[in-house]
Amino acid sequence: MYAAHLDLAARKDFTLICASKAAMRGATILKASDDKTRALNQHTLMAFSGEAGDTIQFAEYIQANAQLYSMRNGIDLSPSAVANFVRGELASSLRSRKPYNVNLLLGGVDPITDKPSLYWLDYLASLAPLPYAAHGYAQYYCLSILDKHHHPDIDYEQGIKLLHLCTDELKRRLPIDFKGMMVKVITKDGIRTVDYDDEARIPCP
Amino acid sequence: MASGYDRALSVFSPDGHVFQVEYALEAVKRGTCAVGVKGADIVVLGCEKRSAMKLQDTRITPSKIGLVDTHVCLAFAGLNADARILVDKARLEAQSHRLTVEDPVTIEYITKYVAGVQQRYTQSGGVRPFGISTLIVGFDPNDKTPRLYQTEPSGIYSAWKANAIGRSSKTVREFLERNHKDDMDREATIKLTIKSLLEVVQTGAKNIEIAIMAPGKLIEMLPVEDIEAYVKAIEQEKSEEAAKKKTGRTPGTGNAAILTRGPDDASGA
Repeated sequence: MYAAHLDLAARKDFTLICASKAAMRGATILKASDDKTRALNQHTLMAFSGEAGDTIQFAEYIQANAQLYSMRNGIDLSPSAVANFVRGELASSLRSRKPYNVNLLLGGVDPITDKPSLYWLDYLASLAPLPYAAHGYAQYYCLSILDKHHHPDIDYEQGIKLLHLCTDELKRRLPIDFKGMMVKVITKDGIRTVDYDDEARIPCP
Repeated sequence: MASGYDRALSVFSPDGHVFQVEYALEAVKRGTCAVGVKGADIVVLGCEKRSAMKLQDTRITPSKIGLVDTHVCLAFAGLNADARILVDKARLEAQSHRLTVEDPVTIEYITKYVAGVQQRYTQSGGVRPFGISTLIVGFDPNDKTPRLYQTEPSGIYSAWKANAIGRSSKTVREFLERNHKDDMDREATIKLTIKSLLEVVQTGAKNIEIAIMAPGKLIEMLPVEDIEAYVKAIEQEKSEEAAKKKTGRTPGTGNAAILTRGPDDASGA
């Protein structure tokens, strides 16, 4: 798994999702503006990493099914419902001849209760609702920072600041250039791309 | 032993009719009326709602207007239960199309698909045709031209500026033919839709449903209060017109269409 991506949910009214912009093949960077997320409906966003072809195939399959559900029933699936659906799909894929090698973070805001949520899923079909989570190499650097600084009623500005702490640390310590971060925020009004400034060079001690 | 003749319902009659399809069209004629009208930059669907029974919860009773995708809307006339199946097939195709080619369906494509399904059910064994006609409206992706198509149980599809299906659709279509203009604005389009429906719906606003589609926007179901306001305005307009006709007539200049008994006839009797 090459993609570094992490994410944090706040107990307030939003969830932040952030993923590296580098699309890589082996040691080569193919693209520096990759979007490793798919919107599943108005207020659920899925970020993915793993085997190159698998990720997009699986994400778009989930996206199509989530949207079909919305059209059929005139109401979106809640983030927790999507998470459990995705887990089921991953579980049956795992037991098939060729399982998807995909790790996911699923962030959303429940349209009825306005509660934000974040789900951590991996290719073994584990599902865990968490206040903050990370996949890939990023987790080795970010989780400790998030452990220290995250608290349940963190607001949006603090959330972005915390994300900066994380990405700065990645730039400082990760041996690969991940070409910056794509940051998205999910609120009860929908999904929005955040204007995220990570141009600054972070020196290593 | 059954030898195949009774398996398929859709076989030609000796004079070339497929009776089951014609019966399906009859089912459409018995369904409640649906109207579609294109304006300059919107398209409106109107439906006659069957009057609900006293204890029925109208808020959660399914509507005759359904969304196939965010930009495609479908109204039908005929058997409600058949429509559910057909609409679901259309929805599945719309998502499947997105998944395979990463583009939303065009209105023509989904119409062709719906008509294709309807056709298939006139030519396969062990099934009966869909007892519904549909009006499919919406906007193609990245396009501002309103679209309106109709499909029939036989699988025929056609494009229209304005059309009606279902009970008394002929009356409504003739009304539309007299009153439809190109380049109507939003107000005029909605008004024409409601006015045409009022030709056949007796109970007024309570039994009318209106859906409005605009490019790049989500479907808008017109609230009952708004429909009521339109109905009231239309009724007032009509009564004013009738009053004008009455007062405007002076003796001796009577309208030829109104039969009046002359003095000669009176003596003749």
